[in-house]
Amino acid sequence: MKDKTAIVGVGCCQFGENWDKSREDMMVEAAYQAYEDAGIDNPQKQIEAVFCGVVYPNFSTGEVADALRLYDRPISHVQNYCATGTDAFRFGVFGVAAGVYDTVLVVGYDKPKDRGVSGPSVAFDRVRGLPATPAGWFSLCAARYFDTFGADRSHLARIAVKNHHNGTLAPNSMLKREITIDDVLNARMISWPFGLYDCAAQSDGAAAAVITRADKAKEFRDDYVLVKAVAIALGENPQTDPDFDFLRWKATEYAARQAYAMAGITKPFEEIDVAQLHDCFTMTELLSYEDLGFIEKGTAADHIEAGTFELTGALPVNTDGGLKSFGHPTGATGVRMIYENVLQLRGQAGPRQVKGAKTALSHNIGGAPQACGITILGLPL
Amino acid sequence: MPSGIAACGAYIPMTRLPLALINGRPAKEGGPEKAVAYYDEDSATMAVAAAVDCLSGVERGEVDAVFFASTTYPLREKQGAVLIAKALDLRVDVETADFTGSLRAGTDALKAALRAVAAGGVDTVLVVASDCRMAAPRATMEHNLGDAAAAFLVRRDGVIATLEASSAIASEMQDVWRSDGDDFVHSWEDRFVVEEGYVPSMIDAVRQLLAKTASSIDRFERVVLYAHDARSHATVARTLGIEESRIQNTLLGRVGNCGAAFAPLLLCAALESAKAGERILVASYGDGAEAFSLAVADPVAAAPGRKGVTGHLVRRRPLRSYDSYLRSRGLDRVEWDAGTGPGISATVRMRERDADISLLGAACEACGHAHFPRPHVCYKCHGRGPWRPHRLSDKTGEVLAYTFDFFFPTPEPPAIMTIAGIGECRVHIQLADIAPDQVRLELPVRFMFRKIHDAGGKPNYFWKAVPAEA
Repeated sequence: MKDKTAIVGVGCCQFGENWDKSREDMMVEAAYQAYEDAGIDNPQKQIEAVFCGVVYPNFSTGEVADALRLYDRPISHVQNYCATGTDAFRFGVFGVAAGVYDTVLVVGYDKPKDRGVSGPSVAFDRVRGLPATPAGWFSLCAARYFDTFGADRSHLARIAVKNHHNGTLAPNSMLKREITIDDVLNARMISWPFGLYDCAAQSDGAAAAVITRADKAKEFRDDYVLVKAVAIALGENPQTDPDFDFLRWKATEYAARQAYAMAGITKPFEEIDVAQLHDCFTMTELLSYEDLGFIEKGTAADHIEAGTFELTGALPVNTDGGLKSFGHPTGATGVRMIYENVLQLRGQAGPRQVKGAKTALSHNIGGAPQACGITILGLPL
Repeated sequence: MPSGIAACGAYIPMTRLPLALINGRPAKEGGPEKAVAYYDEDSATMAVAAAVDCLSGVERGEVDAVFFASTTYPLREKQGAVLIAKALDLRVDVETADFTGSLRAGTDALKAALRAVAAGGVDTVLVVASDCRMAAPRATMEHNLGDAAAAFLVRRDGVIATLEASSAIASEMQDVWRSDGDDFVHSWEDRFVVEEGYVPSMIDAVRQLLAKTASSIDRFERVVLYAHDARSHATVARTLGIEESRIQNTLLGRVGNCGAAFAPLLLCAALESAKAGERILVASYGDGAEAFSLAVADPVAAAPGRKGVTGHLVRRRPLRSYDSYLRSRGLDRVEWDAGTGPGISATVRMRERDADISLLGAACEACGHAHFPRPHVCYKCHGRGPWRPHRLSDKTGEVLAYTFDFFFPTPEPPAIMTIAGIGECRVHIQLADIAPDQVRLELPVRFMFRKIHDAGGKPNYFWKAVPAEA
């Protein structure tokens, strides 16, 4: 599958509390940006299938067909918790790599802000597993990890500060605000050890990508990007897994192994130049450095203190500010990461450009967490 | 054949409200307080806790019937005894009955059990009395009321005390009552209640028993008297000529008047220190009064894990504000009431009842690996069963991970979430009865039946972990 498909166009709308924008408004904006980016002037003729990543649709696939006026062809919704965007992209890649389609559109979109609540809502449809909040689930490794490896909230805080800073450099981000470590440590508590600034907010947004056959990519643009790997893996539910050690998220480890095998990567820290990791919470990004094999298990605190993953570091992570600065329209996030990686590989990331980036990785994880998606993109040789 | 009490147990909620806080005064160490069922407790959860206490060392499968007494079980048409039986993981063919409507319901249930077992209709009956009555905030009655539960195992063999004789006085009067839809107990003028109701009925019932058995009050080493309040209790005791050292401590000022559970709770306390050969007189009030006498055969056997009244009395956490109490009872109004809406789907609730109510998982018959909840495919051998029921409620576990959630509605945030390890099972479960700064990895825990929320306007139950050593 490696190098069989290419991304020739990407688009991304403004992420944020888009009170005045509907799902259709956002998905059309992102899709048409991607069309323009790919030089597609007749999508009704050139797009053969659409794969949508969406967790909270309104009227299923019909809303996409009607908004984009793409009929008489397949349109699918793909859902896989926070890995939704990556998984939708995966189906697009497979469809083209398998030779079923030449050119497809992938669009991730979601609009959680119509719910009318800020922060986690309280579920009362069951009695077990309450409180049921992502902040609660994703925080469960903290006590054991801190205890075992000597990390603490200050390391999480540095990740939040980094991502807030990077977000000021990304035009489509929701938050463009520098913060300090003290801001993070003194913020109101959500679910220990996560305070307000350790958590990515929900937001509205859409992002899109046009995928075509690698051997046709030059018909669209010269600086196309190759898809090296797309992996999805489900891990055991960390809340019930009898063998879980609370020092990692297994789904990331599984998906990473799959993705590196697909892409032929054996030394991820050396071979990957830029990475967008799933910072739904600061601790998730911290664990991902290790679970993706960038660094040894337990060494994240040292690397955070050394600035390894800053924009100026050896392996910049979340160059656009991540979920922290963009918020998390669940279905769109995976595709937004691909958008950023494509810009990085093309050298179009402006003030947040990682110089000479040739290989980019994106990472999503969601659910308990159990589902992880990883993409690896690269430049043609 | 004579029947008797083979075991007893109790539950007093850990949360205590210093009475001074009700009046807006600072609480003093050692001052009077009352036990309050906290936001995740009610008469059903307390009943389960008392029953578990009573059943320490007893095979659950031996219980043939459950009699549940309460004036405050939250549902009018839906049985409490069957819920308690399910929470205790009793046999499916267990008999269940609720006794309600009177402060005497607890002793009524106990007498009914003693008579049923004596007649040979059933062999082993679990009697549980539990109440959490409420008075209007800051009313005088609120100072007197408390919440608790007591349980007895009634059998013919292995008894510690047998029923000797009983008496009753029926008195139809509107002294203290609560109507359908009322949250608060109402009372007529207190002197009327005492002078026309409580004192004469109690005295008449006791005197009737003494006449029946041709005995004097000195025959009884211990006398358990339901107490309307401290002063009227003293009046009854004094009028009957009971020697002060023989009067069972009413626990007013430590627990409070716990309604249908009151006389049962004090009886349980009396049995905890009773010696073989002693006689206990119990008098209980409500719509008249009743009295009965017990002959102690064997002292109460200590069972591992059984706390009884004594063990629960010392397990306490005083509230620091009256507001927390009000919030815990839903007496503080909130913007969005979680009780509105249809609540949990009844079909989902039924399918999940083994896991939710009984805390039952399942072990693979082929390889023995235990799971919670019951799986479809074995985690270890990937077989598809058959499965053996695996009860977690009576086991201990340890905290393997935790977080503090500041959003989940509780009177005193945060809610404590944990992953508890119980053998090879892992359960996502809240931790209760502990301050956040006491939480640590590897903390040993046991499990208690608690109310999780009131979605759909009905109580919805699951279990919570509590520190095992407390």
